[in-house]
Formats: sequence, structure tokens, C-alpha cells
Amino acid sequence: MKKIKLAIKIIIFLLLLFGLWYGLYYFKIWPAWLFPSPQQVWKTLLKGLANKTLIIGILISLKRIFIGFGSALLIGTILGFLIARIQILKETLGILLLGLQTLPSICWLPLALLWFGLNEKAIVFVVIIGAIFSITLSVQAAVLNVPIIYLQAGKILGAKKFTLYRRVVLPAIMPSYLTGIKQGWSFAWRSLMSGEMLFITVGLGQLLMFGRELNDMSQVLAVMLVIIFIGVFFDQLVFGFIDRQLKRRWGL
Amino acid sequence: MTLNISMKLQIRNINKKFNNNGHSIEALDNINMEISYGEFVCLVGPSGCGKSTLLNIIAGLSTPSQGRIIKQGQPGFMFQEPTLFPWLKVKDNVAFGLKNLHQEKTAIKEKVDHYLKMVHLSGFENAYPHELSGGMKQRTALARTLILDPPILLMDEPFAALDAQTREIMYTELQEIWRITKKTIVFVTHNVREAVCLGDRVLVFTARPGRIKKEFFINLPRPRDLGNLEVIKISNAIHEELKEEVEKFRQEMETHEKN
Repeated sequence: MKKIKLAIKIIIFLLLLFGLWYGLYYFKIWPAWLFPSPQQVWKTLLKGLANKTLIIGILISLKRIFIGFGSALLIGTILGFLIARIQILKETLGILLLGLQTLPSICWLPLALLWFGLNEKAIVFVVIIGAIFSITLSVQAAVLNVPIIYLQAGKILGAKKFTLYRRVVLPAIMPSYLTGIKQGWSFAWRSLMSGEMLFITVGLGQLLMFGRELNDMSQVLAVMLVIIFIGVFFDQLVFGFIDRQLKRRWGL
Repeated sequence: MTLNISMKLQIRNINKKFNNNGHSIEALDNINMEISYGEFVCLVGPSGCGKSTLLNIIAGLSTPSQGRIIKQGQPGFMFQEPTLFPWLKVKDNVAFGLKNLHQEKTAIKEKVDHYLKMVHLSGFENAYPHELSGGMKQRTALARTLILDPPILLMDEPFAALDAQTREIMYTELQEIWRITKKTIVFVTHNVREAVCLGDRVLVFTARPGRIKKEFFINLPRPRDLGNLEVIKISNAIHEELKEEVEKFRQEMETHEKN
């Protein structure tokens, strides 16, 4: 019942939003080429899907984020564990990472272009950089915050060394780990979009820039909608779902 | 596990010092005791007397500054707070130790069922810890410990966080489980009546540094409960011993605060 009410509210809100959009268009407050109607944007969206430019853009951007984010997840997790466990790393690398984290990841693009050239590697590098700090730091903090009592209980029950990590530490850090992963994902997504816009190669960011160059506002808006949709999909549906499952299990 | 009956759990000349901002604090001072297998021993003393520290040393979770422990096998341990893993269902919490031993799945399931039945939790296999009451959590923790069949069971105020009614039920159940499994139990508490109700022997600790002050043998028929007149009488005698120590502890805290 509650869910239905919420859905109705959201639908009414969206209808009002489209109404407002259409109203602004209808009264020609701005010229149509700067402020297209919802129908025009919808048509552009369908056209992009039909002639596959949009689909190719989506697939290429997704491929980049999966490779970049996946690598960041792997490296960041291992790095987080190492920093949490090795004092000298905590005092050196840990502090360096805290500093690097403050640098917006897109600032790495010039460096990446010089190192790797104008290619796929450079953009994936920026995506990795975008995600890796939040993942590493969240793993590090979470490992250090595992209640000692779980470790003791694990040891008493015969989980030693690697088994203790696999069966106690790893599941125990899940809630904060997941928060770090989610943050890492959204940073990675932002880095990818900025990267694609700055450095011209196929992808959603580039389609957005094409829209600007062609003075095609409906393409700009259509691509923006797709970017929002993908962002919401991963943030709310994928990570949100995992997060809700975890919270229900743990009773958080 | 088969045991040589003449073997005892031996605690020999245990000393423990902690370092606190450069000050060395003596937590345990020359503790010696022998506990026969199958015996139920309770340790009581004022807070901070080191009784939990001793339990951690016996468990191997902490190392003594001096002295040694002679024991058979890894003791089981029950903590004051329920330390069930929140990410595992009741049955997986109970099976945790066996899975570390890589036992066969069907054998594990059989044992899990057996021990859950022993602690009266059949039917809760698939619940998550947060869905259980405090008493049920501690019963799960008990099953998780017993399933490894440790010769020695160390219990650190396991019922302190439970309400009075649940605690009394747990006393009866623990005595019954002890009778069936014939475990050696070392039970730490600051609740004297609880100690007298459960133990064959009650050891009273002094305030810091912890020493064994006096030993009481409780030769009362079982199962006992808190209302038993003899239990109350012996408890009062132990209370007299403890009062002095609690007073000492209080004074120490006061001077500590003044400094």
C-alpha cells in the first residue's frame, strides 16, 4: 500500500515536470533550438537507438566503466587490506592516498594522455583513479574497525590466518565496503563522462559534445537523460538492491 | 575427545602486567590453580580484578607475562556480548567451527541439528542473529562452542546482559548441558549467587592485582536454583569476603581520580 502511494506520488511529480517542460516550450519563452519539446527529445532518443549511435555509445561507455571500475575494485581491495595490516604502509602510502584523493580524478587526464597516448588505456586509467581511492580507504577503515570480538570468536572457532580473513574479516567489512564501492562507482562514472567529453572518442560523453557542436539541444538532452538513467540504474537498483539485502540480513 | 582423567587443567604461576602510558599495571599476581576435568569452577571478584584476563590467557587469546597453562585441546569460549556473526544464519553460525575443519556437509548438518536441539533452538536454523532475543543469541553461541566438543569451556559472564527470568532459565539449562556433556567449565562472573548456583567450586579473587583470596566448595545437590536456601547462605558468606575487596577497589579508584 505504502509503495503504491509512493509510486503514485512519483508519477504525478514526473507528469507535472513534463507538463512544466512542455508549458515552457509551448509559450516559446526560449527559442525551440535552445529549449526543445519533450517530443523532440524523445524522437532524438528513438532515432539514436534506431541508428545505433546511442547504443554503441552506451555499450562503449559501459565497457570502459566495467573494465576501469573492476580493476579499481580488485586493486583497491587488496591495497586496502595491505594498508590496514602493515603499519609502515599505513604511515606512508595511506597518507599519500588521503592526499591524492583530494585531487579530482579528471586532473589525471593530461598525465594519462602523455603516458598512454590518445587511446583507450588513458581513459580507463582515469576511471580507475576515480574509483580506487574511495575503495581503498573504505576497505582500510573497515578492516581496522572490525570488532576485535569477532576476530577472537573466529580464532577460538579455529579460523586462522587466511581463513580468518576470508570467513570473518571480509564479511564483517561488507557494510562499509559496500558504501565505499558505491561511492567509487559514482566517482568512476563521473570521471568517465568528463574524460569522454574532453578527449574525443566514441562514448556517451562524446555524443554529448557532438550535440553541442551541432547545436542540437535535443541530442544534448537525450544523452543527458541516458546518462542519468544509467546512473540511477546502478546507484538505486544494483547497489541499492545489494545494500537493502545486506541491511535486512544484518538487521541494520 | 577422550581424556586422561588424572590430567588436570593447570594454571601455574600466572602473572600478567599491562602497560598503560608507561605505567606497568599488575593485573594478575601469581595465580595457581588446578581444575579437574569435568569440574565446574566459578571465579568471582570485583570488577577489574583480572578474572577475564585470566580466562583470555587460558583460551590463548592473551599471553601471560609469566607462568604457563597446561591444558588439552583448544578451549571453547563464550563471551559476555553475543559474538554471533551477523552475516550468518543461526545454523551457519553454529557450523562455523566445523567448516574450518572441513568436515563433510551431511555430518555438519547432523551435528548442527543435534546441538540446536540441545539448546532448544530447533526451528530457528534459518533465522539471522538480529531476529533472536538475547537469551536465544547466547544459546546459539553456546551451541556454536559445544559443537566443536572442546574439553574445556570458558565462559566470561555469558548471562550478564540477559534479563533475570531468562538468566534463571539459562542456569537450569547450563547445568543440564554440563551434566550431559561432562565439560570442564571455568565460569567468570561478578554475581556471587550465580557462581554458587552453578559451581562445584567458587574462587574469590582479590582486587587488583588479582590473587586467589579464598576457595569455597559447594556440595549441594543439583539442579540448583537461585532461591535455594543453602545457595543463599553460602552466597552471603562469599559476599562478606568480597565486600572488603570491592571497598579496596573503590578506594583505589578514588585515589586514582584525585591524582
